[in-house]
Formats: sequence, structure tokens, C-alpha cells
Amino acid sequence: MYRYLYQIGKYFLMLKDVFSKPTKKAVLWQLILKEIDDLIIGSLGIVSFISFFVGGVVAIQTALNLTNPLIPKYLIGFATRQSVILEFAPTFISIIMAGKMGSFITSSIGTMRVTEQIDALEVMGVNSLNYLVYPKIIALLLYPFVIGLSMFLGILGGWIAAVQGGFASNTEFIIGIQDEFIPFHTVYAFIKTFVFAFILATVPSFHGYYMKGGALEVGKASTVSFVWTSVLIILVNFIITQLLLSK
Amino acid sequence: MIEVKNIVKSFNDSPVLKGISTTFLTGKTNLIIGQSGSGKTVLLKTLLGIHQPDSGIISFDGRIYSDLSDDEKRDLRTEIGMVFQGSALFDSMTVRENVGFPLKMFTNKTPLEIAERVDFVLDRVHLNPNSFAKKPSEISGGMQKRVAIARAIVNNPKYLFCDEPNSGLDPKTAIVIDNLIQEITEEYEITTVINTHDMNSVMEIGERIIFLKDGYKAWEGTKHEIFKTDNEAVVDFVYSSDLFKKIREVQLKEG
Repeated sequence: MYRYLYQIGKYFLMLKDVFSKPTKKAVLWQLILKEIDDLIIGSLGIVSFISFFVGGVVAIQTALNLTNPLIPKYLIGFATRQSVILEFAPTFISIIMAGKMGSFITSSIGTMRVTEQIDALEVMGVNSLNYLVYPKIIALLLYPFVIGLSMFLGILGGWIAAVQGGFASNTEFIIGIQDEFIPFHTVYAFIKTFVFAFILATVPSFHGYYMKGGALEVGKASTVSFVWTSVLIILVNFIITQLLLSK
Repeated sequence: MIEVKNIVKSFNDSPVLKGISTTFLTGKTNLIIGQSGSGKTVLLKTLLGIHQPDSGIISFDGRIYSDLSDDEKRDLRTEIGMVFQGSALFDSMTVRENVGFPLKMFTNKTPLEIAERVDFVLDRVHLNPNSFAKKPSEISGGMQKRVAIARAIVNNPKYLFCDEPNSGLDPKTAIVIDNLIQEITEEYEITTVINTHDMNSVMEIGERIIFLKDGYKAWEGTKHEIFKTDNEAVVDFVYSSDLFKKIREVQLKEG
């Protein structure tokens, strides 16, 4: 228990250093662009692929479970929209990103630690936490666009699967998508996306920055980082859902 | 000049540095030598501010490190160049970008001025221009050391620290690197502190040597004095290899 409290305290002290003594603006801008390329642009392919096909599967699964002829077919569109916007895109894509982005962040910072590159930054007088972590936080402010794309492609995948599979007509699916649409659900999804983006940038960085040992430990740190990032995303998802959606 | 007075440093109640006092002279290559575990690396990292001493004073030309504010400490660090044991070059950057990094971070030089200065120091460490655009992983260990030295001196440091600069290098390249560090130290009047356990380095560039044993300073002197000393710990360390034992026998025969 003491160990966990110690780690939590250390994480918040790290955040304090991340936001202090900023890196020179011209250099920082280049770092941010590089992080956008690595973390955001580099994730678009896998996010698009997963979202499109999972959206399709959600539509097919819903259609196969609608065995009662009295239940309208437009529910396929309704269920796909709700599943994708509320949970699949923001939460499950974030857990997948904890594996992809998180491992990348932990292993790249961890390797810099092992090869004394972080010591080199500190000896030069650079605030290494600001230099390494802050650009990632700023780059991940664009993360909601990735989730927006995931939402769009998930619903598109569901639409194509439902219509091409003969489970619903175009009209029925579109009626389902529009049925009882609550705009706040999208706001809720993007609020939690911002929080997940912060977790995705900082928790893997924490595990990479404070790791000790050699190459083997870099691998272990990446695994531990994935587990803790996922656990935090699930817990925060529960808390935000309670706060924003329960009556 | 760097002055160290009564430095004590422990880890988990286990003392590593037990009251070390010495002076590292400007324009000289100051070597810290000793066996593994004698406290060399901890002393070097304490001088660099990576470790905080439990007690004692470190002063850089009269500026007492522990009395400086955080901003003053960062300013002082911009006057320090460091060559790490494994070079510690940024592997996402090219050789040119690595060397230009301190200038980009801490000066207001234009890209053209930075490029000129980078080419000058890379030329000074005799690096082949074909390597300038390569990544550190694409060049040899000896070339990486040259790049690390170039990065360390690019911003005209007052203090240069080297942690085992020739470890992992063949004897010929090691001597080239040692001589390069000594030339740069004299040319730019830098206070250079080198952490090593390589006797070849001691013989080549040991203008001032501090010998550590079990966390204490057991001896200090020059490369000429080290072969004449009667200090048992130094004799034991220096003549631990057969080659140096034979050299000692010859010296004793010649009186």
C-alpha cells in the first residue's frame, strides 16, 4: 500500500516538473510536430481499420440477436451508434492505444534512460521532463480527432455491414442512427477522451522516465505501463460515467 | 577550477564517499582513478549535480553549488560539457543535430551560425564529413566518442567531464581520444575531469591524478609521480597487470 502511495506521489511531482521551466519555444514547436506525427498520424491506420470492422461486427451481432419480428430493424443503427459513440470509440480505442502509443512512449523514454540520454539532457541544463513529456501532452490534445474518426468509421462500418448483409435497409439504418439522439452523449464521450489523452501521455512517460536497469527492464516497464494505463482508463471511465450520465 | 571540500555521500546508510577534498585545476586534465566500487562514478555524478552530497562543499570558480538557486544551477550547467561512457548521443538525431543541440537550446544563434560552429567542432575532433548526416547507430564507437566530445565542447564549456571516455575502444583509438581531450583542454583552458581506470590514459594524459580507494582519497599527484610513489594502495592498483609489473622491475633495476 505504501509503495502505491509513494508511486502516486511521485507521479504528481513529475507532473509539477513537466509544467515547469519550459523548453525554448522554437525547439518545443518542432518536438510537438514530431510527437503529432509519431502518436497521432501514426495511429490513424490501425484506429481506422479496427473501428470500421468492429462497427460492422456490432451491427451484425445486434441484427442476429433481433429475433423478434416486432422489434423494428432501425434498432440495429441505434445500437451501433450508441455502442460506438459511448464506449467503443472513446474507451476501447484508448485501451488499444495504451498498448500502441503507451508502449512506444515507455520504451522510447526508457531507452533514453538506459543509454544515459536523459542524464545528458539534465547535465546540459535541460528540464528533461518538460522536454520529453510536455510535447506529448500537447500533441495528444489532437487525440479527440482520432476518436471522432473512430466514431465515424465505426458507424460507417456498421451501416455497410447491416445493408450489404441484408439485415436492414439504408433507410432503416439511418432512422436508427438519428433516433433519440442526445447531443450530450457526444460531449460526454469527448470529455472522457480528453482525460484519457492526458493519461495516455503521462502514465507511460512516468514508467519510462523512472525505470531502472537495462534492455530487459525496458520491456518490463512497457508491460507494466500498459497494465496501469488500461486500469486507470477503466477506472476513470467509470467515475466520469457516474458523474456525467447517472441521474 | 573546481574545489571539493569534505564531500560525503551515502546510499541507504552505506557510505560511498567518505570525506573527499581535492582541487581540479583549470587547463589541466584531472584524472579520477581507482578500482571498480571505489566511488569514482559517484564522485563524478556528485560534481555534476546528478547526486546531492550529504555534506561538504563543491565550488566552481568560487560559486558554491549548494548555495545556488535552481536557475543559477541550470545556468552553471550550460557551462558544463559531459562525455558519457556510452556517448549518450540522441539516437533520433543526426550527428550534426546532436552537436548543434546545446546551441539550439541555449543560444540565440541563427541556423547558419549554428551550422558553421557545428562544422568547426566536428572538424576539430577530426570526424569525416561523410558522417555528419548519419545517425549515431550508423557510425563506429570511436566516431561516436568524437561526436560526444564535439557536442560537449560546442558551447565553449568552462568545465568538461568525461566518464571513462575510452571504454570499449581499441587501444589505438583510445589514445587518439585521450590526446584529443588533452589538446582541447589546453587549447580552450577548460577544467577537465576524467573518470577512468585505464592505466594507458594515466600514462598519456595524467597531468593531475586523484586515486580513490573505498570512498577515500588515497593519493594524488601527476603521471610522473605515480610510478615513484610508495603508497601501497596505488602500487597495488598500478602494477596489477603483468605488463606494468615488468615495467616496475625494469624501473627498479635501472634505479
